[in-house]
Amino acid sequence: MAYEKFTTLISTGVPLKSENVDTDQIIPARFLKAVERKGFGDNLFRDWRYDREGLPKAEFVLNDARYSGKILVAGKNFGSGSSREHAAWALYDYGFRVVVSSFFADIFRNNALNNGLLPVVVPPLFLGKIFAAIGHDAATLFRVDLPQQLFTIVGSGESVPFEINMYKKECLMKGLDDIDYLLSMKGEIREFEKRGQ
Amino acid sequence: MGKTLFDKIWDSHVVRSVEGGPDVLYIDRHLIHEVTSPVAFLNLERRGLQVFRPGQTVATPDHNVPTEGQDLPIGEELSRHQVEMLSRNCEKHGIPLYGLNHPWHGIVHVIGPELGITQPGMTIVCGDSHTSTHGAFGAVAFGIGTSEVEMVLASQCILQPKPRRMRITIDGRLGPGVTAKDIALYIISKISTSGGTGHFIEYAGSAIRALTMEGRMTLCNLSIESGARGGMIAPDETTFAYIRGREFAPQGDAWEKALAYWKTLKSDEDAVFDSEYRFRAEDIEPMITYGTNPGMGITVSGHVPLLEEVAVAERDNFLKSLEYMGFRPGEPVAGKKVDYVFVGSCTNGRIEDLRAFAALVKGKVKASGVTVWIVPGSKQVEKAAREEGLAQMLETAGFVLRQPGCSACLAMNDDKIPEGKYAVSTSNRNFEGRQGPGARTLLASPLTAAAAAIMGVITDPRILMEGS
Repeated sequence: MAYEKFTTLISTGVPLKSENVDTDQIIPARFLKAVERKGFGDNLFRDWRYDREGLPKAEFVLNDARYSGKILVAGKNFGSGSSREHAAWALYDYGFRVVVSSFFADIFRNNALNNGLLPVVVPPLFLGKIFAAIGHDAATLFRVDLPQQLFTIVGSGESVPFEINMYKKECLMKGLDDIDYLLSMKGEIREFEKRGQ
Repeated sequence: MGKTLFDKIWDSHVVRSVEGGPDVLYIDRHLIHEVTSPVAFLNLERRGLQVFRPGQTVATPDHNVPTEGQDLPIGEELSRHQVEMLSRNCEKHGIPLYGLNHPWHGIVHVIGPELGITQPGMTIVCGDSHTSTHGAFGAVAFGIGTSEVEMVLASQCILQPKPRRMRITIDGRLGPGVTAKDIALYIISKISTSGGTGHFIEYAGSAIRALTMEGRMTLCNLSIESGARGGMIAPDETTFAYIRGREFAPQGDAWEKALAYWKTLKSDEDAVFDSEYRFRAEDIEPMITYGTNPGMGITVSGHVPLLEEVAVAERDNFLKSLEYMGFRPGEPVAGKKVDYVFVGSCTNGRIEDLRAFAALVKGKVKASGVTVWIVPGSKQVEKAAREEGLAQMLETAGFVLRQPGCSACLAMNDDKIPEGKYAVSTSNRNFEGRQGPGARTLLASPLTAAAAAIMGVITDPRILMEGS
């Protein structure tokens, strides 16, 4: 699936302090009936964002005019539960390009990386600093430097390195996906199958 | 140094290790369903690709399907369209499909094992997190996203970082009324919903060995709820006896050959795990959840934790959960009124689960005011329930057996728990809105579900078992 190449992003952040945000909250199952990948952003965090009549809930952070930006800052264990890739699609479609947390669920992390959405793991204390910085000033900018693997609070200059495997880093920077890689080794896969028989 | 069972299977399926990156892992069996496959097929076609190994792929529609009137066209348009797309994609690419009304139709994680498709030593994936179920057979099985479904369709391989290894050993004997579901809820309540993240679990110990295949599937199914990529149990005579004679099980010489290989599938004595936990079977009681993630479990006869029993950092989430559930810190859950009971899902929708439910309700009557949905995991489970007389017994007690599907586990079809209502469910997730917007889910075993269905309130099933 084509996505924008990712190198360095400078943006404000949207704070979602809840922990263990599961993929059923990110996109409820009743919105998984599409057979094409489009429009999922409209239903991102649907039941936290809108009431039963479809009116925005003022207290939810995506409806709070103070906050905007391409970086979602989330409490620990973000993306747990269902393997639905629609969660990553919805976040990307809404406009997020980075999710920062102190801890991600495995399947969500893979799904995000496969869709140009960069999951950035920072230490719990640093996550606290990010929330505090946004709380102090919602216009606080953050820099996500993928080549240097560095997350920076621009105003204070505080930064922290983050991990990503070299392969996925290159995929994100070039906008490539795994299918191209796998197709290039069909011969090797056939050889593997023969050896196994 | 010895190798773990997980390492043995994983390593033997690595086609190539990407430098500084993931492994290219060969996939033996790919299970697909209607919800997470259509975009993968669409992308495949956009690239002009065919399915590389359709014969190693199996499809069934389960997430969306109604559990009544399956002989009629699906009423809801979007669901019908997704199910039709699955049929069309399978036909176009030559993938075997067990659709609605096929005698082998059912929840993907129920039919794989019951048809003998799931076998020890295999790598198995599906665009569904509960693929961990198949680990019960000593397979490396895990859930994947749609991009990864596309990878497997295109190349029968997946790029995947290798998880670390965890072993959870449970020795001893389970008490009466304590099931595999209770073991799982107990473990998750101890290690949390992120305790297994980054790991693949091997379950070991005498209490695990004593479980039936159905019980093992329930336990492995719930591995993902601890955050683990998957869970597995070394195959043994129980495993072999279950597989023998099933539709896709090896026959004759192939069986003997397979058996000889399967018997080698265990962790070496000196294998080292990245982390280990030990629990005693005797410490486990019937469990139920009170909150909005599967780690928020307590004994059925216990109470919701007091605020001071919760770690300071967890208190905001704890209180938010209780507000959603309508519970107060410190209150007992037994005696709480129940509106709905759901028995089914890939966690507890197998014949043994229906037998356990039926055994407890036998000779009793459903409580008025409780709506009960009993949804078999597959057509074969439904058939067995009828042949064994369970359906009749349930009917006498005031229950109805519905038709197979994922149903109220994730409420994609019409089986939705209404807002604010309490449901005791044998499924796997109690997340906010999981069983319908505003629904309040309490996860428990089929026995605890049966006790709730009879009493109309949350009840320790052992109370009802004593007299029987």
